[in-house]
Amino acid sequence: MKIKLIDIAHGRSGDKGDAANVGIIAFDDKGFEIIKKHLTTERVKKHFEGICFGKVERFEMPNIRALNFLLHNTLGGGGTVSLKHDAQGKTLAAALLRMEIEIE
Amino acid sequence: MMKNKIRIASGQGFWGDLQSIPLQQVTKGPVDYLMMDFLAEVTMSIMQKQKKRNPAAGYAKDLIQIMKDLLPHIVEKNIKVITNGGGANPMGCVEEIVKCAHKQGIKGLKIGVVTGDDILDSLDDVLKRGAGFDNMETGQKISDVKEKLISANVYFGARPIVEALKKGAQIVITGRTTDTSLTYAPMIYEFKWVWDDWDKLASGVIAGHILECGGQASGGNFLSDWKSVPDLAHIGFPIAEAYPNGEIVITKHQNTGGMVSVDTVSEQLMYEIGDPTSYITPECVADFTSIKLEQLENDRVRVYGIIGKPATDFYKVSMAYNDGYTATGSLTYSWPDALEKAQKADEILRTRLSDLGLKFEEIKTEFLGVNACHGPLASKQNEINEVVLRIGVRSNHHHDIEAFSKEIAPLILTGPPSVTGFAGGRPKANEVIAYWPALMPKQLVYPKVEITQT
Repeated sequence: MKIKLIDIAHGRSGDKGDAANVGIIAFDDKGFEIIKKHLTTERVKKHFEGICFGKVERFEMPNIRALNFLLHNTLGGGGTVSLKHDAQGKTLAAALLRMEIEIE
Repeated sequence: MMKNKIRIASGQGFWGDLQSIPLQQVTKGPVDYLMMDFLAEVTMSIMQKQKKRNPAAGYAKDLIQIMKDLLPHIVEKNIKVITNGGGANPMGCVEEIVKCAHKQGIKGLKIGVVTGDDILDSLDDVLKRGAGFDNMETGQKISDVKEKLISANVYFGARPIVEALKKGAQIVITGRTTDTSLTYAPMIYEFKWVWDDWDKLASGVIAGHILECGGQASGGNFLSDWKSVPDLAHIGFPIAEAYPNGEIVITKHQNTGGMVSVDTVSEQLMYEIGDPTSYITPECVADFTSIKLEQLENDRVRVYGIIGKPATDFYKVSMAYNDGYTATGSLTYSWPDALEKAQKADEILRTRLSDLGLKFEEIKTEFLGVNACHGPLASKQNEINEVVLRIGVRSNHHHDIEAFSKEIAPLILTGPPSVTGFAGGRPKANEVIAYWPALMPKQLVYPKVEITQT
């Protein structure tokens, strides 16, 4: 069965220099198990192909059923250097929530 | 006698936030403290530039009007105000506030000012005494940019603010102090927390993180069920109710819009963090994975169980330097073939820029309405009603930027059809201010706290 990430999670994103932080929060425990299993650094890096040009780091926050991703080399230099419309990566949490996941 | 709780209200989440909020926070319900955060990463360098042009400037000017409105209320209700809106010129800011107080006939008001964070002029000395200042993100050496620096500020924490409060200040104006310290300094002062009670300090830090972006914790920019957030037009900013044992309740005034829920607070907890087990501040390292949240009644969320670790030996230093220019122009193309027209216009413009022999470090084209936010992830639509072509360039040569700016409008008469949206005139060249984060040993710099009385 295919599900959309946006149906099981929400989140927020922002900038840390040229890296974007993307926090994804599952609505319930079952959703957290799904995102823990499926949102691997490899999968997230592949999802952001053409947007994220550096490594992806992943941190777990089980206390609020969340995963935090740091996407390095993503914001076109960040701050006032960047020519991107979304130089602060504020729409990238929504971009990750576009993902579709195949679950059993 | 020690208070059994204090209420700290968030009044501004950034320089340019809603101007009506500070007054709302002190008039719509009980609060003991009002904190206002004005400083983002490059804000200090912008203020430093303003101060260079005019020695009396260099702080958040909005703050003066805000204080004018607040003064009678905070004096009457004995509410304390803490803000880093002093920016690059906290003294100049205090002088203006003193003038406002005099005009209103307010006497005996004590204003604390925290300085010493600006180390631009003493940089050579500090370097000699052992600070490295390598870029903590890239590892680059400071010598690469030292001559181009326009600002260098230490992030102080709560210590100097607590000192000002101990000296009787009702208003504390600081330069570069951390956003979170504005919230937890009152807790340390009121509850007499000691400087190695890491768990309590970390609780205060986390309350600070929740408050520092204003409405982002009370229903603003809420990605979950955003349609369910009531009355955003009259949003109430968050308030931290702090208890001596380190427990916090996040809430907001009744009869305001927005909402405070586990979900709105959770989203704010995720904002701009790195490794959640090590949120580093000058006074402690907070562990965000220890935070427990519980919804109490409506618009009240309990934040507890927080674990902190000892502070590091370093302050973070934020530096900025000039690094060329950018300009960005946009044009709107309508149906039919909106996207194809915009793409053709981009192609024509790039050819013209190249024919002019202009050199740019980067040219970036985005199609707003199509792929500007989500790039390759954006879904393909067959018939788009309109598209904004957005094209930006960056160069070290101001001339090339100016030349680029002159090439946008001509596309209207010499490019693809059904184009509009150039009412704003030629794009302006913006100075690029590049950011340089670094660390320095704490013993190399000390904050200065002074008190002025009206």
